Amino acid sequence: MKITLNGKALNLEAPLNLYDVIEQQGYVEMLIAVARNGEFVPKTNYKDTDLQDGDDLEIVSPQQGG
Amino acid sequence: MMNTEIEIAGQKLASRLFLGTAGYPSPDILAQAIKASNPGLITVSLRRENAAGKGQKFWDILKDFNIPILPNTAGCYSAKEAITTAEMAREVFGTNWIKLEVIGDDYTLQPNPFTLLETAKELIKRDFEVFPYMTDDAILADELTKEGCSILMPWGAPIGSGRGLNNPYALKTLRERYPNSKLVVDAGIGAPSHAAAAMEMGYDAVLLNTAVSKASDPILMAQAFSAAIHAGRSAYLAGIIKPQEQASASTPLIDRPFWHQNQG
Repeated sequence: MKITLNGKALNLEAPLNLYDVIEQQGYVEMLIAVARNGEFVPKTNYKDTDLQDGDDLEIVSPQQGG
Repeated sequence: MMNTEIEIAGQKLASRLFLGTAGYPSPDILAQAIKASNPGLITVSLRRENAAGKGQKFWDILKDFNIPILPNTAGCYSAKEAITTAEMAREVFGTNWIKLEVIGDDYTLQPNPFTLLETAKELIKRDFEVFPYMTDDAILADELTKEGCSILMPWGAPIGSGRGLNNPYALKTLRERYPNSKLVVDAGIGAPSHAAAAMEMGYDAVLLNTAVSKASDPILMAQAFSAAIHAGRSAYLAGIIKPQEQASASTPLIDRPFWHQNQG
């Protein structure tokens, strides 16, 4: 399954839910928020969110801002 | 309430200086600038996390100050991007406050008033407290107010330009027309005197970042802004005299020495 994570292409073994990707990519326990295909996914929904080929994920965290 | 304090969106803030956290020479200088100026709130953003924990490291600098956090939607150009960013910020920072920034022009970083209004409307429906970064347009202020924005944040000048208050007339007009709104000059501030001028007009607070973070000594500059904002607020409350054309001696003329009746 091909997905994009923070602008980078990844080739991962299906089936996968959002939590699986977060775990595989080392984001567990991090202070993050996630958007899938431009839509916010609440933390409580990670395990119920099955990923599809071509999904575009954004994983963000606090940064400096004005 | 002391004149440094302000209540905004139901929360008491210790200062009318709202400080950005971007572009400091080091995390330690950012922390010292915050400590030295004790801002009423601090602004932050969300950016891609590289799985190395850089977000947590940044958050660790800020969290112990216990200063309210205002996340922004900086860099968003569409309503969809801004709404998703606001939702992510609410989860990460645990606040429904959002500095709504929807850029319409790359050169001036001018906020897009049409997308701003549309996005503010949707975010208010979703129970956000929207702090809209806006131009100084009075009609836009009116529309945002009607949608439920109790805070308005007109620009002083383009972001990072340091030009100060480009259009004092428009800013004064907003203050006169919206006496019940919380008005914050956001962006374009360069010198503490610019911030003081906004406060002397009766603005409730000033939000700035670059003027402090890019100063030769950001810690000292943060203190200078804190003092200027305090001074400007005090001056507004004290009542500034009206300018006049003619001189008017401040020292009493009665009983001055060396005066004789035939001098006239």
